[in-house]
Amino acid sequence: MNASEPAAAVASGPGVKLYGLLAEFATSEQMVAAVQAARDKGYQLMDCYSPYPVGEAADALGFPKSEMGTVMFLGGLTGAVSGFLMQYWANAYGYSLNIGSRPYFSWPSFVPVTFEMMVLTAALTGLFGLIALCGLPCYYHPLFNCPKFDRATRDRFFLCIEARDPRFDPVGTREFLQSLQPLSVEEVPE
Amino acid sequence: MHPLVQRPHTLVSVGEALGEVVFKPHPRGWWLGFLAGFALLQMLMVAIAWLFYAGVGIWGINVPVAWGFAIVNFVWWIGIGHAGTLISAILLLLHQKWRTSINRFSEAMTIFAVMCAGMFPLLHMGRPWFFYWLYPFPNVANVYPQFRSPLTWDVFAVTTYFTVSLVFWYIGLIPDLASLRDSAPKKIQRIIYGILALGWRGSAIHWRRYEKVYLLLAGLSTPLVLSVHTVVSFDFSVSIVPLWHATIFPPFFVAGAIFSGFAMVVALAIPVRRWYHLEDFITDHHLDLCGKVMLATGMLVCYGYFSEVWMAWYGHSLYEWGTTIERLFGPYGWSYWCLIFCNLVVPQILWSRQARRSDFWLMVVSIFVLIGMWFERYVIVITLSREYIPAAWGRYAPTIWDYATMFGSLGLFLTLFFLFVRYLPMISMAEMREMLPKSQGGGGAHSIMENAP
Repeated sequence: MNASEPAAAVASGPGVKLYGLLAEFATSEQMVAAVQAARDKGYQLMDCYSPYPVGEAADALGFPKSEMGTVMFLGGLTGAVSGFLMQYWANAYGYSLNIGSRPYFSWPSFVPVTFEMMVLTAALTGLFGLIALCGLPCYYHPLFNCPKFDRATRDRFFLCIEARDPRFDPVGTREFLQSLQPLSVEEVPE
Repeated sequence: MHPLVQRPHTLVSVGEALGEVVFKPHPRGWWLGFLAGFALLQMLMVAIAWLFYAGVGIWGINVPVAWGFAIVNFVWWIGIGHAGTLISAILLLLHQKWRTSINRFSEAMTIFAVMCAGMFPLLHMGRPWFFYWLYPFPNVANVYPQFRSPLTWDVFAVTTYFTVSLVFWYIGLIPDLASLRDSAPKKIQRIIYGILALGWRGSAIHWRRYEKVYLLLAGLSTPLVLSVHTVVSFDFSVSIVPLWHATIFPPFFVAGAIFSGFAMVVALAIPVRRWYHLEDFITDHHLDLCGKVMLATGMLVCYGYFSEVWMAWYGHSLYEWGTTIERLFGPYGWSYWCLIFCNLVVPQILWSRQARRSDFWLMVVSIFVLIGMWFERYVIVITLSREYIPAAWGRYAPTIWDYATMFGSLGLFLTLFFLFVRYLPMISMAEMREMLPKSQGGGGAHSIMENAP
């Protein structure tokens, strides 16, 4: 599908696959209220888009807690353990040096590097974990077909109910979204 | 309560003021800063080329002062970097919302300062092309670094610090890059910013993960920044040189780092906010707070100077006290009094609220502090010229190549900084939008991590 064609004109024809319906709101409160209403209606597959984080929206979408804490904890733990063992092996077995007659396994002097390795791996797991769990990089997404969606990173708040949702119905869902007083409702072609 | 954003900005006008400047022609001041930096960078290139050809003998280093300018500049630059992390991480955790105006370009400052810092030990190695020997890697000689040495810790500390700062900065940039992608007038700009933005679309689920990562990175960077300068101070204090072997070194170094780093933030913020008309976002109130931080950390540093002399006198060690007398009144005594003037006397101006709110006086104090903190490291390093037995005493004088490398590193820093200001939003748009009151469409003065359970 050609992304530059007006979405509504294309999508309304028969045989065109829909990704979902996109409602545009002027404020974050309206968006949050819309998600709550959609959830009460029984919709499951939907997402909100905003220029800055709106925690209430994520709560209303049923994502109260991010998994990133666990991911980064495991990353940091891996780094700390492997960093410590690496030093132990290098200075006790790989290349054992007698420094001031201290034992080869003089663990207190391994603490700084263990800490640095923990921070390094936790941060890198954070970055790559975030990218991977969010499915990024994602240079094509159906939402980018909507010209209005450009404002999701500037000054508009969007709710998109996806066509995969079992309760989705092109006419009924549109009527429902219209009842929430959005600025516009658009069809998102796949 | 001072407003952190002047005038009734909206979500759109924040984007225009902060983001869309990168699509507009350069202001004249930008050229001034960039060309000055670029000219100095050429000097660095010449100095490094000659160093690679002729070796470290072109510098003034000798025995006993084997480190010379290289370590002075290393510690100076890495200290400057620390303010960026303090602003972006520690002030975030402490809910200091005024940090939002200055955190992005302070983080950029951190990255560029650490690049300048990291260059000096590498150049000082003599054969910099073997720099990877600093890291443990499987090799036929079966040789590994000595992990009981603070110098090895330093390699890991600085590498981690640079990487984590870069990760923190980039994660902060992703939503802004997406915003630039969506507002760029030219196709090439949409493509480049689009690639860098990774296809970010501001999903609520993504934001929740994003905030959690941001919060955890702030939590990780806080001990990290303290550990980095602590390890840098271990380079000195683990030795047995009089006046170096002191337990005050780690906190003393960290306070000095933040002192000089804030001076650099202020020295960059004042001209840049004027050239880019950012007075609405970096208000006099922000600079006032930076002035207070400088005053507080400056007094901590001065307590360190007092403590060094006091401990030497009270400790009844011949060498500690003798080295102190040499430091104060020996051949390099002038540098000690320079440092006292720049770091103790001049910053007292900041007690005045009027001075903290004046561009001129803040700039004057910042430049004195930057010079003073450079002298502090010089004074510490030059201690090696007269320590234990007089037979081992010596003199140290930098050569023209020392100066070329030092000022050249400033050129590298300025070049990178002005390229950053030119092509990336220097104040976070997403965080600023969230900072706006709800009546102006914002998130009601939320800061970026407050939705992160």
